[in-house]
Amino acid sequence: MKIGRVVGTVVSTICSPVFEGRRLLLCDVLDSSGKPDGSYLICVDTVGSGAGEAVLILDEGNSARQVVGMSPAPIRAVVVGVVDQLTVDGELVL
Amino acid sequence: MQLARVTGTLVASVKADGLEGVKLLIVQPLDRHQRPEGSPVVAADGVHMAGPGELVYVVGAREASQALPNTFVPVDHAIVGIVDAVEELRSAARAEDRP
Repeated sequence: MKIGRVVGTVVSTICSPVFEGRRLLLCDVLDSSGKPDGSYLICVDTVGSGAGEAVLILDEGNSARQVVGMSPAPIRAVVVGVVDQLTVDGELVL
Repeated sequence: MQLARVTGTLVASVKADGLEGVKLLIVQPLDRHQRPEGSPVVAADGVHMAGPGELVYVVGAREASQALPNTFVPVDHAIVGIVDAVEELRSAARAEDRP
């Protein structure tokens, strides 16, 4: 799993059935120091996370399909948690 | 999933079994500010409605084939939605600016 920060939303009317009625979040991927590593993911929100929050991102197809409860479904990145605190090497990062 | 811009179409009359009738499009992957990033790739159209010039989002790897009617096909990128709008959140931008 990856740690990300919600930086935006993506609005899409014409999409695969698995995305209908779901919120798509634009998330920067963070490195272990809590800074954006330059990459991003469009993720399906399953926890109701909001703007600017650090989140836990699952980027794997089988688990993503399990989370949304639909198969087959062309889905990979899913937000599965909101990060309250992140400590690396004894230092509080987030 | 990543943002991409459809830049062209591709026609192939000889294809692997299962890919008959699948529309293939050339897409340019974009970064989150919608600037081109990396090389263009060929993606299958999983929504059957995408066309050149449109902003879409694509799914990569094994999940791509799941966007198609026949899910056991050799495809590594698929368009799974057409983007109406990308809204950058202001509070997120502020959080990012923090040292």
